Amino acid sequence: MSDPNDVTRRSLLAGTAAAAGIATAPALAREPVAPRKTSSRMTPKMPVSLTVNGQAETLTLDPRVTLLDALREHLHLTGSKKGCDHGQCGACTVIVNGRRINSCLTLAVMHEGDQVTTIEGLGSPEKLHPMQAAFVKHDGFQCGYCTPGQICSSVAMLGEIRDGIPSHVTEDLAHVEYSDGEVRERMSGNICRCAAYPNIIAAIREVHEA
Amino acid sequence: MRPFTYERATSAQAAAQAAAAHPNAKFIAGGTNLLDLMKLQIETPAHLIDVNHLGLDRIEKTPDGGLRVGAHVRNTDLAADKVVRKDYAVLSRALVSGASGQLRNKATTAGNLLQRTRCPYFYDTSKPCNKRKPGSGCAAIGGFNRNLAILGVSDACVATHPSDMAVAMRLLDARVETIDPHGLTRAIPIAEFHRLPGDTPHIETLLQPGELVTAVTFPKPLGGRHVYRKVRDRASYAFANVSVAAVIGDGFQHFAFGGLAHKPWRVESAEREQGADAIAAAVLAGARTTPQNEFKTILTRRTLSAVLREARA
Repeated sequence: MSDPNDVTRRSLLAGTAAAAGIATAPALAREPVAPRKTSSRMTPKMPVSLTVNGQAETLTLDPRVTLLDALREHLHLTGSKKGCDHGQCGACTVIVNGRRINSCLTLAVMHEGDQVTTIEGLGSPEKLHPMQAAFVKHDGFQCGYCTPGQICSSVAMLGEIRDGIPSHVTEDLAHVEYSDGEVRERMSGNICRCAAYPNIIAAIREVHEA
Repeated sequence: MRPFTYERATSAQAAAQAAAAHPNAKFIAGGTNLLDLMKLQIETPAHLIDVNHLGLDRIEKTPDGGLRVGAHVRNTDLAADKVVRKDYAVLSRALVSGASGQLRNKATTAGNLLQRTRCPYFYDTSKPCNKRKPGSGCAAIGGFNRNLAILGVSDACVATHPSDMAVAMRLLDARVETIDPHGLTRAIPIAEFHRLPGDTPHIETLLQPGELVTAVTFPKPLGGRHVYRKVRDRASYAFANVSVAAVIGDGFQHFAFGGLAHKPWRVESAEREQGADAIAAAVLAGARTTPQNEFKTILTRRTLSAVLREARA
């Protein structure tokens, strides 16, 4: 590490794990283990071509790889987070063909030809997406782990209101209008363990009104 | 997840044939329930047949004035369809009361019908469950069964069907259209589509091996006031304790119930009764409750009472 200030959480964690490995080698070391019985049934990898944040990508993947793992482990886009890995927390939310989905509950090989937008594709540190800027301004997070999913979900959710898609709290199914109540209901698939909800609602309201 | 092979089907019949040709194959469309269960190794298919590209994603009027909904229309699109919102509003209401925005964007009409129970013992592979492992027993009957079934239960299973959408479909007398590996098609009334648990709770529908759901059809609109009221432990994104779907018009009233049984529950004869007490008594006849879930009988009556008030407001 040449510059001691140039420490990302990722490099810090990696360094810590390596140091901890000395004391806990039996648990962490990759010792040779007997091949699992299922190894004979390992399936061939499959190609999949998709567009991620405007860039064409072709990957060759075990069909078990979820879209989330393809993004994080194969394309190294680690903005999308793995929380529960079962579609309950929303930390993995990305936008596919304009719709927000849980990237943990879909297989990458099912996305041939699809357009995927992750938090990295919405904005950058130099040029924040309006929703990212609003989350910063309104303190719409504390630990930040759920934030990429919250922001991707928010952006697509405002589109769903604009498109007139009703929700559980829509009084008249024929008229869908923005309200804080609508936002609370529509964002219920994104859990925030730090409970930054009021600030998240404020951030979304600001983007809606802009 | 256990290893599996994957293919993308090119036609409905080809998908059915592929399912018949591969032992332990599953269709995958939205995947939101199947992949959840595969990660827990509750579902362990050896082969997945992706049915997302069969053109079964359209909603169209039928010649008899009804509606045909393709099997792979997403829950979001079905709830937002203009005809559904206007003429089958109870279906829109039921759909948007379920899951989250992200899940509804992926989940399909057929997949919603075919989703598995959320009984905690079905999900806990360290516990016996006749549905997950036939003949292993039921840990729910003597266990934590607060949110489990009180109607149509058996000594083998007290699981509930988790769908809201299916409750509205039961109310609307939907039919489930299918194709088999030989290309034969049939339409199954929704009342018969889901089975009661009996002593084979692992067999949940009338579908035969390889049979693929292609559409759900609805008769012409009923008119009347449409209400779907769902009571749950959280305000959003939770399964029902009890739900009531209702369509009430001039001289008729129809009700279907969720959260009570292994399938959407409807008692047509109860619809001749008047008032929440009498209707609920007829619907709940034969209920088998536990100290934990007997609240569901009271909750059913009170939810029905609220629905009647709302419909007549």
